Amino acid sequence: MSAASYTYAVARPFDPAQAAGLVGVDGAAIHLVRHQDLVAVVSPLAPADANETALRARLETLAELEAIARAHHRVVAAVAACTPTLPFRLATVHRTNDRVAQLLRREYRRFCETLDRLAGRVEVGVKIYVHHADASAGAMSVAEKTGGSGSARVGRDYLQYRREQRDRRQHAWRRATTAAEQMDAVLAGLAVDRRQHRMQSAELAAAPGENVFNAAYLVDAGRAEELAARARRLGAENPHVTIEITGPWPPYSFAGSEECT
Amino acid sequence: MMEQGLWHGRQDTSPNLADVLERVLDKGLIIAGDIKINLLDIELLTIKLRLLVASVDKAKAMGIDWWEHDPALSQPGPRQLAAENARLRKQVRALETATLKARR
Repeated sequence: MSAASYTYAVARPFDPAQAAGLVGVDGAAIHLVRHQDLVAVVSPLAPADANETALRARLETLAELEAIARAHHRVVAAVAACTPTLPFRLATVHRTNDRVAQLLRREYRRFCETLDRLAGRVEVGVKIYVHHADASAGAMSVAEKTGGSGSARVGRDYLQYRREQRDRRQHAWRRATTAAEQMDAVLAGLAVDRRQHRMQSAELAAAPGENVFNAAYLVDAGRAEELAARARRLGAENPHVTIEITGPWPPYSFAGSEECT
Repeated sequence: MMEQGLWHGRQDTSPNLADVLERVLDKGLIIAGDIKINLLDIELLTIKLRLLVASVDKAKAMGIDWWEHDPALSQPGPRQLAAENARLRKQVRALETATLKARR
């Protein structure tokens, strides 16, 4: 049984020398499957891994998931740096290169339209966080006060504190989401398109607080820095939120989400 | 070929795992390949991961590696967590009782 084909993206043809040495999942070398003015960026996947059970088992292991996700991203980012690129979702696997070529033929028009829309554009990620430092500081002092004693008065004080803490958090959250909406309106004005993502809940994250806003903006590559700088400035002007900017990314969030068969 | 570093410009490291997973698992064009994987299930898994780790390295650096023992998040390994939980709960109760007695 021969190797299966793991596909990272569809792109406009580019000089293969630019992808020399580029490796994907499991360190396998990248090759291109061509159809007219489209190429699929592919690497071979060992036959033992080319079935649902094996692949699934790998993706459910955190270390493997991370390795595959990072390999996928490394290839997509490298290709996107030299040519218009339409990123595929993780773990797109065909039995053979011929099957990948069939896909290019079948979806030719659609791939071309999307590539034209994404050409020369990148994605900038913006996350906004509210910090709850005040609330947690309050909670800590209560803990100190109540430590060791069990009287009813202290119990009432504690409940009172908890209510105030909850109100402070709600207030901070509302203030931050309002600020985020205003910032989003400004940033969307600089972008060609935008997508809102789910919040990242990251209690152990490098994150400076609770994520209240998470979006991606599609911009002309030449304006990515301008959008990032604007976002940084908006963040700096508002003392109640912290802003985190990522990218520029290949336009993952704008690749389209409807399934291609 | 441009280096990935250029893509992440002024950020000195490769992107955060949560950000990468968000894009490669939730975004990107879905193609029905010959081998079908239900990434929705994987997404659920990563939501659980997101709740707990934004960066595996950071969590490991903090000494947090419980998922290595969680069968839902890792290879089947030692499944002693429930037993350990019960044992710890018992220990906490014993300590609480001892503390209360000491105060009286």
